[in-house]
Amino acid sequence: MKVMVVVKATKNSEAGVMPNEKLLAAMGKYNEELVKAGIMLAGEGLHPSSKGKRIKFSGSKRTVVDGPFTETKELIAGFWIWQVRSMEEAVEWARRCPDPMPGEETELELRRIFGPEDFGTELTPELRAKDEQLRADVERQKR
Amino acid sequence: MRGPDAPTRKTIETVWRIEAARLIGGLVRFVRSVDRAEDLAQEALLSALERWPETGIPDNPGAWLMTTAKNRAIDDGRRIAMMDAKHREIEYGAASSTSLDLEALDELVKDDVLRLILIACHPILSRDARVALTLRLIAGLSTTEIARAFLTEEATVAQRIVRAKRTLTEAKLPFEIPAGEELRARVPPTLEVIYLVFNEGYAATTGDNWLRPDLCDEAMRLGRMLVGLVPDDAECHGLLALMELQASRTGARTGPSGEPVLLNDQDRAKWDRLLITRGLASLHRAEALHHPLGPYTVQAAIAACHALAARPEDTDWMRVVALYDALVELTGSPVVELNRAVAVSMAYGPAEGLSLVEELSHEPALRGYHLLPAVRGDLLLKLGRSGEAKLEFQRAAVMATNPRERNLLLLRAANCTHDTGSPN
Repeated sequence: MKVMVVVKATKNSEAGVMPNEKLLAAMGKYNEELVKAGIMLAGEGLHPSSKGKRIKFSGSKRTVVDGPFTETKELIAGFWIWQVRSMEEAVEWARRCPDPMPGEETELELRRIFGPEDFGTELTPELRAKDEQLRADVERQKR
Repeated sequence: MRGPDAPTRKTIETVWRIEAARLIGGLVRFVRSVDRAEDLAQEALLSALERWPETGIPDNPGAWLMTTAKNRAIDDGRRIAMMDAKHREIEYGAASSTSLDLEALDELVKDDVLRLILIACHPILSRDARVALTLRLIAGLSTTEIARAFLTEEATVAQRIVRAKRTLTEAKLPFEIPAGEELRARVPPTLEVIYLVFNEGYAATTGDNWLRPDLCDEAMRLGRMLVGLVPDDAECHGLLALMELQASRTGARTGPSGEPVLLNDQDRAKWDRLLITRGLASLHRAEALHHPLGPYTVQAAIAACHALAARPEDTDWMRVVALYDALVELTGSPVVELNRAVAVSMAYGPAEGLSLVEELSHEPALRGYHLLPAVRGDLLLKLGRSGEAKLEFQRAAVMATNPRERNLLLLRAANCTHDTGSPN
């Protein structure tokens, strides 16, 4: 299964404060461990929301809103995509992450990514009808 | 006292699994026996299951497990006389943690894991034994999980592992990692094991499920680990590219009731773009490292032709045929020739393809291989010879071992009649 690990933004990350050398080294080492373990699929850091845009949807209306956005705690500063065996494994790896925002409170949020296995049983009526027809055809053929 | 944060059995087993390869690999260097190393690692897991619910998971669980296992070895009087001087120096030196020592320790761990992989995939072992041992020692799967994945009896897997470890002990293999040409020669059997695991998940030959994605994921993880350990081996990148490109189609390869969907009928919007991007990047690395291309890299290049085509008709079939020519040259495999015939039919028309399939029909290696009549049926159908096609699909269905695949073939046979109404 794939998991998205979201790093939440802080005042500093929103102000564009770059990580210091020590943190960069620790993160580099951590990322290397993720790669060596074969679980890292992708990972990126994000510019502050001041360089971001939002498109608001309301009925048929589309409004473009320029950053920065104010609700810092709801914003994200980066993400990874991991391929793990279970949510437990993702949690274990996330616990090993160096503090991404030294001196400030932040959190990592782990979200499971939809995979093919999640759609297996969700059949639309049309698909189910088609499926039953297929089965009937096969059964007829067997006789 | 057990607090609300007390780790569960599942959490502890997860930690153990993350550490398994490094732990067992390090212990092999210490006790010079795979069998004993694994016993010690298992005992350390048992200690963790006893202690961690009380104490919580230690800050460095890997080090805790290693220390526990090593202490056990010493307590039991199983102390091993010889640890070579360099290793001893590095291990004790690491405590002072200058950056140089940490790098040396990294190298040591890297070597431990590579050594363990090379031992588990040693050519003196049967393929089944290599697969079981690799999943057990490197991926950290339990015997039960391996048995479930391969739909075999647990006792069979357990026995296979015991026998494999005995074979390794009796062979008295050197524990040094080979270098240069010798190392290069040890990589292909390792790649073979990883690809076997992948294929068992990708095209399950038995059982009611066409796909077992967990095995594919496990194989890709092993592939990525190996790429990190032998980064200059082109075929290692090639195999990873092949697995990622093939796995990118997982979501599109089965229909709503789990039946297989053939490549040209797949909804390409469901292909995993992230895996395609990664697969193409691995392929470029493989191609940059070595010429002429090895068999895994060529297969990955073929998979890339599909991955790059937004619609089936956009596929560069001429290139696919050229790549199959190279692959036939490399492998001499009749199965590859059959695939080549399919590519030829796409590039130059079904009649061209069919004449190649006819040439292959007396090939002893393809006797009983359901895809031979399946392909012939497909080409006959395209040529409007639906009566003959129907018979071929029926023959193929009898030979197919996977029930889902058999049903698809029976359906195709049934549809031959529907389409024309006049079987001849």
